[in-house]
Amino acid sequence: MSSTSTTIDVALDVPTGYWTRERKTGAVLAVIAVLGTILFTVRASGAPAKFFLGETVSGASFAINGVAGALVFGLLSVAAALALLVTGKRYGLWVSLALLCFIISAMCWLVSAREGSVALGTLSAVTIAAALPLIFGSLSGVLCERTGVVNVAIEGQLLTGAFLAALVGTVTGNWFAALIGAAIGGALISALLAVLSIRYLVDQVVAGIVLNAFALGLTGYLYEQLMQKNQGQFNDPPRLPVWKIPGLSEIPVIGPALFRGTFLTYLAFIFVIVVTVALFRTRWGLRTRAVGEHPAAADTVGVRVLGLRYTNVLLAGLVAGLGGAYFSMMATTGFTKNVTGGAGFIALAAMIFGRWHPVGAFLAALFFGFAGGLSTLLQILGTEIPREFIAMLPYVATILAVAGLVGRVRAPAADGKPYVKG
Amino acid sequence: MTSAGEPEGAAPSPDKSPPRREEGRPYLTGGKPERHRGDKTFWQRFREELYADNTFTVTALAVVLALAVGAVLMVLGDEAVRQQWAYFFYQPLQTLQASWDFIAKAYSDMFKGAIVNPDTLNRWFWGMTTWQQVLRPISETLTNAAPLILTGLAVAIPFRAGLFNIGAQGQAIMGAIGAGTIGILLDLPAIIALPLALIVGIVFGGLWGGVVGVLKAKTGAHEVIVTIMLNYIAALFLGWYILQPGIKDPARTDAISKEVYGSSLLPKIFDPSLRVSLSIILALLAAWAMAWLLNRGRFGFELRAVGYNPNAASTAGMKVGATVSVTMALAGALAGLGGATMVLGTAQVLTNGVVGQIGFNGILVALLGRVKPWGVAAAGLLFGALQSGGQAMQTFAGVSNELVTVIQSMIVIFVAAPMLVKSIFRLRKSPSEAASAVLAKG
Repeated sequence: MSSTSTTIDVALDVPTGYWTRERKTGAVLAVIAVLGTILFTVRASGAPAKFFLGETVSGASFAINGVAGALVFGLLSVAAALALLVTGKRYGLWVSLALLCFIISAMCWLVSAREGSVALGTLSAVTIAAALPLIFGSLSGVLCERTGVVNVAIEGQLLTGAFLAALVGTVTGNWFAALIGAAIGGALISALLAVLSIRYLVDQVVAGIVLNAFALGLTGYLYEQLMQKNQGQFNDPPRLPVWKIPGLSEIPVIGPALFRGTFLTYLAFIFVIVVTVALFRTRWGLRTRAVGEHPAAADTVGVRVLGLRYTNVLLAGLVAGLGGAYFSMMATTGFTKNVTGGAGFIALAAMIFGRWHPVGAFLAALFFGFAGGLSTLLQILGTEIPREFIAMLPYVATILAVAGLVGRVRAPAADGKPYVKG
Repeated sequence: MTSAGEPEGAAPSPDKSPPRREEGRPYLTGGKPERHRGDKTFWQRFREELYADNTFTVTALAVVLALAVGAVLMVLGDEAVRQQWAYFFYQPLQTLQASWDFIAKAYSDMFKGAIVNPDTLNRWFWGMTTWQQVLRPISETLTNAAPLILTGLAVAIPFRAGLFNIGAQGQAIMGAIGAGTIGILLDLPAIIALPLALIVGIVFGGLWGGVVGVLKAKTGAHEVIVTIMLNYIAALFLGWYILQPGIKDPARTDAISKEVYGSSLLPKIFDPSLRVSLSIILALLAAWAMAWLLNRGRFGFELRAVGYNPNAASTAGMKVGATVSVTMALAGALAGLGGATMVLGTAQVLTNGVVGQIGFNGILVALLGRVKPWGVAAAGLLFGALQSGGQAMQTFAGVSNELVTVIQSMIVIFVAAPMLVKSIFRLRKSPSEAASAVLAKG
């Protein structure tokens, strides 16, 4: 990915014969699922695990016997993994299904052991909320890296976006102006990244890391010097208004999460679709991918490589900056020092987990958001697994993903390599 | 840093005729070398280099540029000075004067907090204060610098092997956990306790780094991503670990461990009232050892060979995978030692923020030191000075300490983009060699 570490890519790319990468993944998943099922079933209590459909622990609910639930969903998970192992096709479907059943099985165990209950409406709402900045961040990463520029500076873009959203929002009192400010904030860091890595050929990972430190210092400094002393004058942005979609928002479980969001929530879904279509169905997308894979070839047929890279890096900054507005206008109102708390790095992981594909990145962001939401929820419940270990799940999953145990991960070929016409 | 200022030989400059020099002239055969016409003197070469894009000039100008950006931010951030700027067209001189006064006060406070306070020096001269007071700023600088040098080395050494270690933070956390556990649980005599705690810290950090190397070697997993993830895992693990019975301080409700036994603490090297401890000695020793390893050691040669061209190294019979694994373990060990010195030196308890930001700042230190061991040591000292100076600036001039982070990152941005500095100052091409060849290669 970065050219810092040139090519220590140990050959794993040509699995031949029966044991393709998909089959190996299936085998690994099956083993994990069998072990998990045994563990969950043994540890689960016979008490029912109650799942409420709404956002509170009242109203419609269904209960699953702990042991039975853990066993049935565990076996389903094993079955999905075996299906992948046997067929070696439909990778995304089987992996998602196996993971989903595995998680339900684990929840049956954890919830029944405490004789507690879980409000599924809350869980899905928390998941979407936690995933929102990750969706924007990982889309920003996709836009950047598909065009051949490594974007480690997502964290800085989110942070600057959050800062400018708070500042502009307070000064103008208008949430739409604040969002524009946030987008510009992200684009500022992006512009620096573009100039350093495209014009001055600085190693792109180095540039990204340094820009993160720069954004952290700059926003922290301005926060302490400007905002902290005058909260009312500089740090009191309006909250994003919630737009309820009538009818749809009453759907149990997913309604509150998907159809009771803010402008930003809907924008995230729209962006996923737009970026996917644009990247794979338009002339711009074809050129972007060409520049990311083989800039010299693209240049030969007349694509302006550097111009396209500048454009896309700036676009990526606009997207990430919007995601930053989540922190200062949705999660809470107002900016604080290091308010993003590393979300940009998780977004980077989501992009890789999603294999540099907008839809993949979206699903990965949802998974990461789910793990975050689940860890908060289970902390309230007080379960056997410490909260910290559940919160580690996304990170462990990412390591497994890049280590090639769960799926094939390949970056665009020219990712991180500066293009010098010659 | 090491090749600063001086060119190794008188390379011919393109616009002049090459220096006339007879073959086999006895330069090193004792006595003063006699000068011939056309040879450049030391001062001529010095003048040529002074305003060219060599490492030393670029670094110095990067610091100047970063301080200038910092000054602009200071003016923007101070309310009184900002209001004065509203009257710029009525009272231009007063506005500039006020800005200048403010900047000068802040930066001189920084100097006083980092190197020496002239007032204290004067009072000590007249017997009105103790020598400890005079050395306090230096002591703070060295205390801050020690872990930064260690984590800086933890980033720099893998960089030479073509690996970018973002994980010094996680490795330092694991080192702090290892060293802290020994210090908290075992009350042994100091001669055993301190080395044991340090070694366990080094081993924990080394294992945490080694995992990355093994994954990279076996599966090709990209080390940047793996180390970022391991940072989070380490931080979450620390959060869980300090709450465990036996580690957590039962008398406190917040997340804080018991105190480390006194026998495990790093001894102070100047005076008990000054914070500077053995950690700075350990850090400089580590820098020396790494310099020796890279330039003289067999493994250091393999490491650099893998960094230049892994395929060639592999063809030459080197085990690339093993080198990558050991390099990352070594880096982890260095960062682990850095974390251990934090818990055994300054913090003396385990908390969620026990290692601060040393891992992330270590990246900046390594880049500023151009990933050379002694360069890292110098950069670590500069960053340590900026941090202790930043504290003083915050206390006395009322400028937020965060400005230091901005200045530090700006310095590294300029150092990493020598072409930028070169075009701003219209520097000449250095006769010796292009500045920062290591980073530019990256």
